Amino acid sequence: MSEITPDLVRHLASLARILVTDQEVEQLAGELGIIVDSVATVTKAVSGDVTATSHPIPMANVYREDVILPSLSQLQALSSAPDSAEGRFKVNAILDED
Amino acid sequence: MTDITSSSAAVLAGLILSKKASSVEITTAFLDRLEKLNPKTNSYLHFNRENSLAQAKRADQQLAEGKTVSPLHGVPIAVKDNLTTTDAPTTAGSKILEGWVPQYDATVVRKLREASMPILGKTNLDEFAMGSSTEFSAYGPSKNPWDLSRIPGGSGGGSSSAIAGHLAPLAIGSDTGGSIRFPAAMTGSVGAKPTYGAVSRYGLIALASSLDQIGPVTNSVLDAAMLQDVIGGHDPHDSTSLPNSLGSMVQSVKEADVKGLRVGVVKQLSSDGFQPGVKACFDDTIEKLAAAGAEIVEVDCPSFEYAVAAYYLILPAEASSNLAKFDSVRFGLRVTPDGNPTIENVMAATREQGFGPEVKRRIILGTYALSSGYYDAYYGSAQKVRTLIQQDLAKAFTQADVLLTPTAPTTAFKIGEKVNDPLAMYLNDIATIPANLAGIPGISVPNGLASEDGLPSGVQILAPAMQDGQMYRVASIVEKLYMDQWGASLIARVPDLEAL
Repeated sequence: MSEITPDLVRHLASLARILVTDQEVEQLAGELGIIVDSVATVTKAVSGDVTATSHPIPMANVYREDVILPSLSQLQALSSAPDSAEGRFKVNAILDED
Repeated sequence: MTDITSSSAAVLAGLILSKKASSVEITTAFLDRLEKLNPKTNSYLHFNRENSLAQAKRADQQLAEGKTVSPLHGVPIAVKDNLTTTDAPTTAGSKILEGWVPQYDATVVRKLREASMPILGKTNLDEFAMGSSTEFSAYGPSKNPWDLSRIPGGSGGGSSSAIAGHLAPLAIGSDTGGSIRFPAAMTGSVGAKPTYGAVSRYGLIALASSLDQIGPVTNSVLDAAMLQDVIGGHDPHDSTSLPNSLGSMVQSVKEADVKGLRVGVVKQLSSDGFQPGVKACFDDTIEKLAAAGAEIVEVDCPSFEYAVAAYYLILPAEASSNLAKFDSVRFGLRVTPDGNPTIENVMAATREQGFGPEVKRRIILGTYALSSGYYDAYYGSAQKVRTLIQQDLAKAFTQADVLLTPTAPTTAFKIGEKVNDPLAMYLNDIATIPANLAGIPGISVPNGLASEDGLPSGVQILAPAMQDGQMYRVASIVEKLYMDQWGASLIARVPDLEAL
């Protein structure tokens, strides 16, 4: 049985910045429990020394020449913002007032 | 005059080049049809007649000036709605991006424009490409033209239903675990996932960056090869884009010859768990290839057993990170709760309203898989499984030139049948996922109708990384074996949508 409890779901949702209702928490705990039990089989697949693959095709990093290329203007970058002011993205307070 | 909307892209390109039909005429024919029939299939989320026709007109003007810019010059195309377009909304099937018009074109979209291919519209998908049925689209499911009560596959069900319903001659899809190939199998169309990095991902709204790949959805193998030749190639905007050219896919199709071909049948994906009619179609493909002179060998890929499990750790992990950008700050939806909310409250409320159930499930699963204490056991093990799968494939490709599997375990299921059972939905991609984990190319080609339900089945052809030409070569051989039997493509047998 998995360890996906309603409290863990609430914690994960808050880390992921998703508001969840109590009903959603219950449902997600059940669904994620089943999924986690199923995907946990990967822990049995690997024995001994196996390197991890993070990228399917081996590639080395490359750098381009340090030249200025056309890019979005400030106006374009702001054009889809829900709110902006003085050429910047405008958001609610970062810190709680109390 | 050939019937335009049921013609292959290669035929349409020929009509345009020989001036037997103009791009405007052809684009108009598809627009007329999709405006009438899209309400039945829900293939397109957005289309704009004037904009498409303006592009077609430009293509015709170039031709009039004696300029041909690509082998698909003037042939219209549908684009999955997770690719950015500056002249049309891009929603990725999500409410969180409703109405967003991007500031830049995806590289693939730019290449289509440079090839003078008018864009017909943007096609439906499961929200952020998470799903295999389009039922997780925030804008309703697309319907399968073979039977409107069934799913057209997903996530690219908008593109596959547009092809099967003749609402577009060509379409672009994206494939993270099967989102091009699975819908192709469900609709009797052709869908190819190139080698990872063969087509630029710049402007593709990322689901899982180490798995995502853009590719063609078409009526025929030649059409797919022509389209990959247009959209492929290195792009400095995508750091994972392959630096080298993979050559001409069309040339590979033309070189199709079964002589000396070694076909591998994957032991783990050829017996249990497949619908009998799908299995029968697959066995028939293998028999046809053997009769034509191919050598058939069985190959063993024991780690495939863990592919789905590894995928559903790696994908949510990468997706939870990629989707963090939908935070209500720079674009998209913003929901401000009552009172005096902080930005965190705004983000949480926005993501609660903007994301659908599957997206939330996968983000939370990914957050779990990446959290301290679980990371090594889950995400770490999944990445090791990835290595094991690559090793299995490397060994298999010493015994065979290509590997064949059924593309999907079943034919198209009913809308609603699996939507409340996430695990059942995840298993649809059992045969397609290994290619994404290993970065190799794979294509689905129609190989008949299952006897029990009369719905299309597909065969998947896998080739080693960078050998996309080999994949197209064998796909073309398989397609020809069936054309010889049927006398026309499977898609020619789709019921008349206007009568449904």
